[in-house]
Amino acid sequence: MSLIHIAWRNFCHRALSSFLTTFSLALGVGLVVLVLSIYGVISEAFTRNASVGYNLVVGPKGSPLQLTLNSVFYLSQPIENLPYTEYMEFLPQDERAAMVSQFGGDPELAKRDGRYAPYIAGGFAIPLALGDYFGEFRVVGTTPDFFTELKHGPDVNEDFTFREGRAFQDFSPEHSYFEAVVGARVAKEMKVNLGDKFYPTHGDPSGHGHELGFTVVGILDPTGTPNDRAAFVNLEGFYLMDGHAKPVEATEQSETDDENILDEAIDAEESNETQPTTDTALNNNTPATKGASQGPTEAGTNDAASDSTANSTDARSADEYRLLSIPEREVTSILIRNGNIMFAPGMQNAINEGIRSQAAAPIGEINKLMTFIVGPLMTALLVITVITCIVAAVGILVSIYNSMNDRRRDIAIMRALGARRSTVTSIIVFESFQVALIGTIAGWLLAHAAIVMYSSQIEDQTGVQVSFFTTSNSEILVLPLVLVLALIAALLPAWAAYRTDVGSNLSA
Amino acid sequence: MTKLLDINQLKKSFRQPEGGRLVVLDIPEFQIDKGEQVALIGQSGGGKTTLLHLIAGLLSPDQGSIRIAGHEITGLSEQGRDRFRAETIGYVFQTFNLLPAFTAIENVRLGMAFGSGKHQNARAADLLDRVGLKDRFNYRPSQLSVGQQQRVAIARSLAGRPQLLLADEPTANVDPSSADSVLLLIRDTCREEDVSLLTVTHDMQIASSFDRIEKLDEINQVDHTPASSA
Ligand SMILES: Nc1ncnc2c1ncn2[C@@H]1O[C@H](COP(=O)(O)OP(=O)(O)O)[C@@H](O)[C@H]1O
Ligand SMILES: [Mg+2]
Repeated sequence: MSLIHIAWRNFCHRALSSFLTTFSLALGVGLVVLVLSIYGVISEAFTRNASVGYNLVVGPKGSPLQLTLNSVFYLSQPIENLPYTEYMEFLPQDERAAMVSQFGGDPELAKRDGRYAPYIAGGFAIPLALGDYFGEFRVVGTTPDFFTELKHGPDVNEDFTFREGRAFQDFSPEHSYFEAVVGARVAKEMKVNLGDKFYPTHGDPSGHGHELGFTVVGILDPTGTPNDRAAFVNLEGFYLMDGHAKPVEATEQSETDDENILDEAIDAEESNETQPTTDTALNNNTPATKGASQGPTEAGTNDAASDSTANSTDARSADEYRLLSIPEREVTSILIRNGNIMFAPGMQNAINEGIRSQAAAPIGEINKLMTFIVGPLMTALLVITVITCIVAAVGILVSIYNSMNDRRRDIAIMRALGARRSTVTSIIVFESFQVALIGTIAGWLLAHAAIVMYSSQIEDQTGVQVSFFTTSNSEILVLPLVLVLALIAALLPAWAAYRTDVGSNLSA
Repeated sequence: MTKLLDINQLKKSFRQPEGGRLVVLDIPEFQIDKGEQVALIGQSGGGKTTLLHLIAGLLSPDQGSIRIAGHEITGLSEQGRDRFRAETIGYVFQTFNLLPAFTAIENVRLGMAFGSGKHQNARAADLLDRVGLKDRFNYRPSQLSVGQQQRVAIARSLAGRPQLLLADEPTANVDPSSADSVLLLIRDTCREEDVSLLTVTHDMQIASSFDRIEKLDEINQVDHTPASSA
């Protein structure tokens, strides 16, 4: 009969007390494993979210974390905007020229390459306009490039795929500039179907509704990225919504290369609350006048006309839509992927040296977020759960120590049968280990069963797939930790066992 | 003739709670032959249990020598005495011999657990069979009568093939009708196993069945009479 067998029989003999002790330890261990698993899921979710397919995000000067939260995660308070010309700095001369002729603006802009265009080197720059909400979800104004250029997935090589429908187009005969694509979670929670129309609300989720609606033409498959919780709309349509045009003074000067001086001028103007007074001045840039570059105007006009009966209060919708001019346009941020990643640091420096915008590396910001916010939080949680485990270990101590009175006789008998002091001591330690081992396994099973029960929700919310046997490295450390705790808990009763006097306990 | 147990000039005293030492035993000499069965009688508090503890190596004497099967055990370390006890000595107590968490047969196997011998399940079963508990192998001590528990204890004390069996008032708590049969069982199995037996009792009737009866008063020079007459 081995010592482990003897310990096991003692464990079974005090079944209720053993069960309760083991159960409380299992709960403690379960909590620890749960926290570790959640931490694993969160860090994987963060890594996944960081697999965004771009390496820099450019936005107004300020907190890079705020910029990342807004542009990558679609979270936090909306941030300031950048002039459209800042976005144009990432484009080559021919694209800039096309924009000037399409939207109207300073002809000087058409004459040169964007300042940062050379750094792009085969990559892309995609503008985002944020600030509106669809329910609680962020509305993201962007270009169709978003769906063709950006990749996601662990190896950042997966294209966006559509559960239903397609990406929105620059202009569609059916819906003009007012097409939208919604992420998987938005579709699920807002119960959106293809063809539905939604009206973004301004400023915050409870803000006023805009009067122009966007028709959903595509629903994305889940990506496990924040894009699942975004409603994407055509940037042009976004600009056409009430209040999205930047007020421009009639005396608007031409943009010069000397933007640093201009910045202050624009900033000063931005504080001016007056509505645009320049509509007439800019009307020469309506789609009708530049029909050559914008084919589908006719159809768009027809569609808009039918829409306008519903939204007749919009002054501009009475006529065909007039796309905003370059000075009226703003972007919140620009997603950059350098064709050659070697150019990224140089580009980031160049942008950050300017006074208007900043470039942040989302992965760096996410890591900082993990290190400085999520990490400490999880550490705090972990400390609490480890304390739970220590309490459970104290439970082991109390339970074994309380039984020591009953055991004195047993120990004395075993000693009389030839057992050494060290042998009876080991039996106590084995008993403690048994509780620890069973409790740890039970706790691990409990935690993983709980995780599996919620795995579909976890996948919905984070895109991270968890299975019963998904085990993080830190979980493996739980068992030795608990065994050490059990050993410590066993010390006092083991010492009592060691000291048990045979003679006085035999002559009952 | 070789003595299995040979005690010389053995002295044992205990520290008293009120200070000073109480001398319990002072035995100039005491021997048991191989295979011999001895009944030790004496008044309560006379030091009978203390003597058995000394022989079993559970206590150390103040001075003197205890040789068992030619081995001087007073010079052994505690671990040495533990091992010696596991292999050479069987012990039956007055009561509560068994570990309550274990079945009858497991209790018998415990008798072999701490020695170097093999843990033979067959031997445990055979011994239980011989003490008349063939159909009680998997009973817990709480499911057995006191007499049955003593039988399990006898089986266990012999499981490790000892050379000397120490029995400390083994029938004191057994009802008189089974006391005789329990004692007979001890004596018979000891004879079969060729084990020497030292049984402590304060029951003259039980002792009278032994060939050799020793009175502790006579071999012990410490006079306990004042304590007993009070
Ligand atoms: N551990 C001990 N400490 C102090 N005194 C003890 C101890 N063990 C026994 N004694 C004393 O030694 C004497 C003999 O006890 P014991 O051997 O149990 O007698 P018996 O078994 O003959 O009744 C008693 O007076 C008892 O009080
Ligand atoms: Mg006694």
